Amino acid sequence: MTGSGPIPITLTVNGRSYRVFAEPRRLLSDVLREDCGLTGTHVGCEHGVCGACTILFDGAPARACLLYAVQAQGCAITTIEAFAANGELSVVQQALHEEHGLQCGFCTPGIVVTMEAWLDRNPDPTEAEIRDALSGNLCRCTGYHNIVAAVMKAAARRRAEAAR
Amino acid sequence: MKPGRFSYEAPASLDAALKSLATWRDDAKIIAGGQSLAPMLNMRLARPDHLIDINDLTDLGRVAVDGNRLSIGALVRHHQLGHHELVTQYCPMLAHAAETIGHYAIRQRGTIGGSLAHADPSAQLPLAALTLDAELELRTATTRRMVTADAFFVSIFTTAIEPDELLVAVRLPLRQPREGWGFRLFTRRAGDFAIVSVAATLARGEGAIIERLRIAIGGIAPVPVRTEHLVPAELVTALTEGWSARVAAAVAAAVEIEDNERTPVVFRRELVESLTRDVLDEALERAR
Repeated sequence: MTGSGPIPITLTVNGRSYRVFAEPRRLLSDVLREDCGLTGTHVGCEHGVCGACTILFDGAPARACLLYAVQAQGCAITTIEAFAANGELSVVQQALHEEHGLQCGFCTPGIVVTMEAWLDRNPDPTEAEIRDALSGNLCRCTGYHNIVAAVMKAAARRRAEAAR
Repeated sequence: MKPGRFSYEAPASLDAALKSLATWRDDAKIIAGGQSLAPMLNMRLARPDHLIDINDLTDLGRVAVDGNRLSIGALVRHHQLGHHELVTQYCPMLAHAAETIGHYAIRQRGTIGGSLAHADPSAQLPLAALTLDAELELRTATTRRMVTADAFFVSIFTTAIEPDELLVAVRLPLRQPREGWGFRLFTRRAGDFAIVSVAATLARGEGAIIERLRIAIGGIAPVPVRTEHLVPAELVTALTEGWSARVAAAVAAAVEIEDNERTPVVFRRELVESLTRDVLDEALERAR
C-alpha cells in the first residue's frame, strides 16, 4: 500500500522503461506528458469524453486521463509517439494527411491511436461502423467527413498490405 | 480537473482486497475499469482517502455457465461481455446492452461490476440486470450473500452494497427456448447516457400466447423500474393485432415518471411509448 505522497513508479512506454516519482493521484496522461516528456498524448477534457488522450493499455485503447500512473505499473503503454517511430507515418496517419483529415490537429493523436487499434480488429469496416467508432473522439474542426474518408482509405491499404 | 489526494493499493488476492475494505470501509473506493469513478475523482465529486484497485484479481474476470445460470465475474469488461460466446448465446440482451455503452475505448476498460455498483439510473447494465432477474454476489472478508437486482438498486448512485462488501459476480438465468428480447435507448449524441431506455423479454407459447413478459425502463426514476405489472390483464398473455402498440400505450399511460430539469415528463412519456413498442416488436421477432 502507498501513502498519498509521491512514490517511485516504473512505467513501460513504447517498449522503454521510465522511472518517475509521482503521487498516486497523478493522471497517467499528465505523467506521460510531464514526467516522461511524451507530449503527443493530448489532454482535452480530463474526464474521458473527448478521446484526445487515448493510448494503448496492454494493446487496447484507453483514456489516459481515466487511469492513474500508479495503476499502469507492469502494463505495456503505447502512445502516439510509437506510431511514426522511424519517421515514417503509420497507415492511418498517412491517410489523414492525404485526405486532409485534420485541421488544428489537437484530436489527431487520439484518433490515430484509436483507429489503428480498432482496424486491427475490424479490418473491413463500413462507413457507418467507422462513424460509430469515431464517436469516441471529438473533433471540432473537420466535421469528420475527411477523417471518415481517411479511415476508409487506411482500412483498404491495411487490407492490401495484409494480402501481400 | 485533478483528483484530491488518495493512497492506493492493488491487492493480489480477493481475500487481501476484502480485508483492506473491512478496514477502510467508506473511506475507500474500489476501482475497476474506472470509467465512471475516475471522472468523479477528477471532478472531485468523489473524495475517497484510499483506492483499492481490483484489476489484478483475474479470478473476477471469468464467464461460466453454472447450472441454470450464467455467472459473470465483476471484472468482465463491456467489450468482452459484448463478444463472449457464452454471453451472446445465453444472455444476448446483456451482450447487446454492453456494446451500446459509451465508446470503443470506454468499453475496453469499463466493467460489469463497476457499472452495476455505480448504479447510474440511465445506465445500460443496471437496466439489463433488472430485466433479466440477475442476482448479484456480494462478499465481505467473512460473509457471502446473493441480492436480486430489484433489491440491489436502492436509489440514484445507491445500492445495497455495505461498506465492507465487494460485488464479485453477477448470475443470470439462461435464455429460454422461444424467448425473445429487445433493448433500445434514446440518446441525443452517440455514446451519451440515455434519456430513456427500455428493455423487454417474452416467450411465445403455442398459438397466440405470450409467456413470461418482462419490461423494464431506465431514465424515469432514481432506479430502473419493472413495468409489466402495468399491462392490462387482457393484454398480458394474448397476442392480438397491434399488441405491442397497445401494451406500450398502456405502460406509457400508467407509469410514474419523475420530474427533472433536463427533459420534460411529457417527452419522456412519448419516448417510453415508442421505445416500448419497438422493443416488444423486436422481442416478438426474436421469439419466433
